[in-house]
Amino acid sequence: MSASYPSACVSTNPWLNHSATIARITQETPGVATYDLVIDDESVSVSFHFAPGQFNMIYLPGVGEVAISISGAASSGPSIIHTIREAGNVTRALAELKEGDSVGLRGPFGSSWPIEQCVGKDIILVAGGIGLAPLRPVVYEVLANREQYGNVSLLIGARTAAGLLYGDELETWNQSIDVQRTVDRSTSEWTGHVGVVTVLLERLPIAKPKNTVLMTCGPEVMMWYSIRTALSRGMTDESVWLSLERNMNCAIGMCGHCQLGPQFVCKDGPVFRYDQVASIMKVAGL
Amino acid sequence: MKSSPETPRRPRLALHKFASCDGCQLSLLSCEDELMAIAGQVEISYFLEATSCIQPGPYEIALVEGSITTPHDKERIQQVRRDAQKVVTIGACATSGGIQSLKNWANHEDFLKCVYARPEFIETLATSTAIADHIPVDFELRGCPINRHQLLEVLVAMINGRMPKIPRHSVCLDCKRRGVVCVEVAQGIPCLGPITQTGCGALCPTYDRGCYGCFGPAAQANCTGLVHTLQDNGATKDTLLPLLRNFNAAAPEFAEQSNALENQEETL
Amino acid sequence: MTQPDSTSSTVAPNEEAQFLPTDRLQLLIDALIADDRVVIGPTIEQQAIVYEEISSVDDLPRGWTDVQSPGNYRLEKRDDDTYFGYVVGPHSWKQFLFPPLTVVATADRESADTKWSMQAPQEDPLRYAFLGVRACELAAIAVQDRVFLQGPYVDPVYRARRDAAFIVAVNCTQAASTCFCTSMNTGPKCKSGFDLALTEIDGGFLIECGSEAGAVILKSLETDDAGSRHHDLAENAQQQAVEQISKTLDTGGIRDLLLGNLEHPQWEEVANRCLSCTNCTMVCPTCFCSTVTDVADLSGDHVDRKRQWDSCFNIDFSYMNGGVVRNNVKSRYRQWLTHKLASWHDQFGESGCVGCGRCLTWCPPGIDLTEEVAAIRLHDLRVPPEGSSS
Repeated sequence: MSASYPSACVSTNPWLNHSATIARITQETPGVATYDLVIDDESVSVSFHFAPGQFNMIYLPGVGEVAISISGAASSGPSIIHTIREAGNVTRALAELKEGDSVGLRGPFGSSWPIEQCVGKDIILVAGGIGLAPLRPVVYEVLANREQYGNVSLLIGARTAAGLLYGDELETWNQSIDVQRTVDRSTSEWTGHVGVVTVLLERLPIAKPKNTVLMTCGPEVMMWYSIRTALSRGMTDESVWLSLERNMNCAIGMCGHCQLGPQFVCKDGPVFRYDQVASIMKVAGL
Repeated sequence: MKSSPETPRRPRLALHKFASCDGCQLSLLSCEDELMAIAGQVEISYFLEATSCIQPGPYEIALVEGSITTPHDKERIQQVRRDAQKVVTIGACATSGGIQSLKNWANHEDFLKCVYARPEFIETLATSTAIADHIPVDFELRGCPINRHQLLEVLVAMINGRMPKIPRHSVCLDCKRRGVVCVEVAQGIPCLGPITQTGCGALCPTYDRGCYGCFGPAAQANCTGLVHTLQDNGATKDTLLPLLRNFNAAAPEFAEQSNALENQEETL
Repeated sequence: MTQPDSTSSTVAPNEEAQFLPTDRLQLLIDALIADDRVVIGPTIEQQAIVYEEISSVDDLPRGWTDVQSPGNYRLEKRDDDTYFGYVVGPHSWKQFLFPPLTVVATADRESADTKWSMQAPQEDPLRYAFLGVRACELAAIAVQDRVFLQGPYVDPVYRARRDAAFIVAVNCTQAASTCFCTSMNTGPKCKSGFDLALTEIDGGFLIECGSEAGAVILKSLETDDAGSRHHDLAENAQQQAVEQISKTLDTGGIRDLLLGNLEHPQWEEVANRCLSCTNCTMVCPTCFCSTVTDVADLSGDHVDRKRQWDSCFNIDFSYMNGGVVRNNVKSRYRQWLTHKLASWHDQFGESGCVGCGRCLTWCPPGIDLTEEVAAIRLHDLRVPPEGSSS
C-alpha cells in the first residue's frame, strides 16, 4: 500500500510493452523456473526501478499477458527477475522458451511491502509455495541491511520437499536470518517439519508482538490462517501485510477484472495491509 | 505409418460423421486460407467429406460431428474414442443431440411409419443424444453450424496442448458491442439471446429477429427467468415451446425449461 | 404544466445566452462539420433512438419520443415536432470515447526467427462533435474521465478522443418513468461539462455557451440575443422534466448500507430474476470493464492486442487459476450493484450511477436497481452500532 508511482517505463503509454530478452533461465523445481529478463532498449532499462512486492506484466505475442511478481533484488542490475510457475496458457508457453528468446514487459505495477516501516522491528515472513517469490526481494533487502532489523524469521511451506523454492539460497540466508521449512507430504529424504506452515508460526517465539511486522504470500487460505495466528499472538491488523492474487488483465486499474470489494488488486494491491481487506476476505464470491 | 526421425510427425486429425447435416464439416472446408495453414500443422488422416484417402488410426485429434441415433453408431463412437487421444465434438448435433432430438419428445416408430415404406428395415434408437452421453469428450464446440473462427481456435489450441479460449457469455454482450438494439426490449420479439452462448456474433438480432439458441445454453443460463420475462411480455406457449425445442432442444437446460413450460400449461 | 414559483432554480437568466430559431438548427450542424468534425447525434434506427453520425436535421428524431419502463422501450409519435423530445436510448456516448473494440497495442516480427517489435498504435484522434448530450450523460462522461484520465495511468485511446470532442448538450424537457437523475444530483439541467447547451423552446433553441470552443461556434451562427421570454420558456420546459421524474433512489449512507449487507437474502432473490445477460453493464454509460486479448494473423507474425467491452456478468470475467471467483448469478449481481453504488465511492470518490435509467429499461426482466436497494434498506441486516438509538 505504500505509494508507488508510474515508472518511466509506463508513463508514456501504459499499454506499450517493451521488448526484453531472456538472459538466463534457472530451473527451480518441477514446473517452476526463474527468468532473468533484460529490457532491450537501454534507456528504458536504466530507468526501470521497482519496489519489493511489485509485479510486471509479461507478454508473449499471440498468447497473452500474465502478471508476475518481481522476485529479484532491487540491485540486480539490468536483469529483472521473475520466478514463474506453469499454470495457464501464457506461463506454459513461457516454459517453452529458451535463453535469448524475447518477450514483452510492462511495469512495474502495484503496491509494495512496507520495508521502510520495518526498520528497528522484528520481521516474520510466511510463504506458501510460489508465494516465496514476491517475498524474496524483502529477504535480499534485509540481508543487505541486516543491522537495521531485529529478529527476522522466514517460514516456508511447500507441498513436498521437491517443491521448496531457492533450495541452495535458503542455506545462505539461514546464516543471517531464521529460515524454517515445512512440507505437507514427507518423502524419505525429508527430515524436517511436516505439516502446514501455520504450525511453524504457532511455535515461533514472538517476543515483541507490537513491534513485529508480518508479511505473507501464498494460497489465500494459508494467509488467512497465518494472519489469524499472528493476531492471536498479540500482533495488530496494522502490522500484518499480505499479497493477494486476482485476474489482472490491464494492470492499470481500467479493466475491472481484479476488483475485490473496493480494491483494485492491480493498483491498490497486490500488497495490502490486513485491515484494508479483512472484512472482504471473509465474503465468498466477492 | 512410420515417421522419419528428422521431422517430428504432425498430429493426425480425423473427422467422424454421425447423424448430422454435414454443415459443420463444411465449416472446416470453408476455412479455405486457414485450411492450408492447418494442413501444414496437422495431417488430415480421415475426412471423408474432403478426401477418400483414409489412413487408419490412432489419431491425435478426432473431430466428431453429429449425434447418436442408431445402435450401430452407438458402437462406432466407442471405437472413435479408442482411436483418438483427444475427442472434440463439433456442432449442436454432437454437443446436444441436434434438431433431430425432437424425436425424444415423440414416438419415433410413428415417424418411421410416416417416412419409410418399409420401416422394418430401419434400425434406429428412440432418442438422439449428444456424443458426451456415450463417451468422455475433451472439448465440446457448440453451434448450428459451428463458427469457423472458433473451430480454428480449438484446433490451434489442441495442436499446442492448451485449452481453447471459447467465450461462454450470452449473445447479448455481442449485440451491445455491435450497437444492435435489443429486439426483445424495443420490439417485443421473443429472443433467446440472454440465455444463449455467444458464437454467431449476434447474427439474428442484427436482422431484427430473435435469437434461436443455435449455440446452446450459456454458462449458468437462467432459462426460467427468461421464460417468465417473455411470458410477461405476452409470448405464449405456442411461441416459446418451438423456440426452446430447436437446434439444441435436448441441451439439458433448454430441455428442462421446455418440459416445465409444457407442464405449466397443463396445470392451467 | 405548472409555473415555476421563483427564479431561484438552477436556470438563472444568462446574459450571454442566445436564441437560435428552429429553421436555423442546420447551421449548427454545418458549423461543426466545417470545423472538421464527425457529428454524432440522435437518429432513429432499429426501432429506437440511437447515436450515429448525422449530417442533417432531417436525421434527427423530430416529432418522436421514447416511452420507457423497466424491460420495455417503445418509440411513439409526439403531438408536436420537437427535435429533442425524447429521453435517452440504448446507446451512450461511451461507445465513441471508450469504443467497444479498440487495438491498444500491436506486435510484429519478420519471421519466427526475428525479434518482436511492440508498438502502441498512434491513431489520428477522431474529432467528434456530440449533439444532444443530456445532463446525466455529461455526468457519465465525467465519471469515465476519472477512470481513464485521472488515475495514476492515462488511457491514450480515451485521452485522444475525449480531448478532441466537442459537446453540444441538450437540457431535458421531458423525463421517462425510469429516470432518477434528481436522486443522483446529475440533472436534468446541464450545469457544466459542455461547449454549448441547448434548450428546445417554442420556435427555437436557447443556447448557453460553456467554453471558448463553444463561443467560436456560437459566434458563427446567426443567433439573436435571448430575451426574457426565451429564458422563461426554457425554464418552464426544464421544470416540466423535473416534475415528470417520479423515480427516486435513497442514496443516504448507501455505501455502508450495501457493503454492510453483502450476505443479504435479497441478492439470492434477485438472482432468480437476473439473467446475467450483461445488458445493464453494456448500456450503462459509466461501466468501464473490458478485456484485452491477443489476436494473431494466420502467419502468427502480426498480433493485435484487442480491447473489448466486457462485463462482470460474464461468468469468465473473474476467471483465475482454473476457477471462477464469482461462480453464481447472485455474486455477479452483487458485484455489479455494490460496485456501481458503493465501492465506486472508495475508488473514485463518487457514485458510479448517474440515474439515467438505462439499466432498468434494457434489462429484459426489468430489474430496477432502485427497488433492489430499497428492499435491502427495508431489512437492513447490519448490527446497529452500540449506543445507537435505532
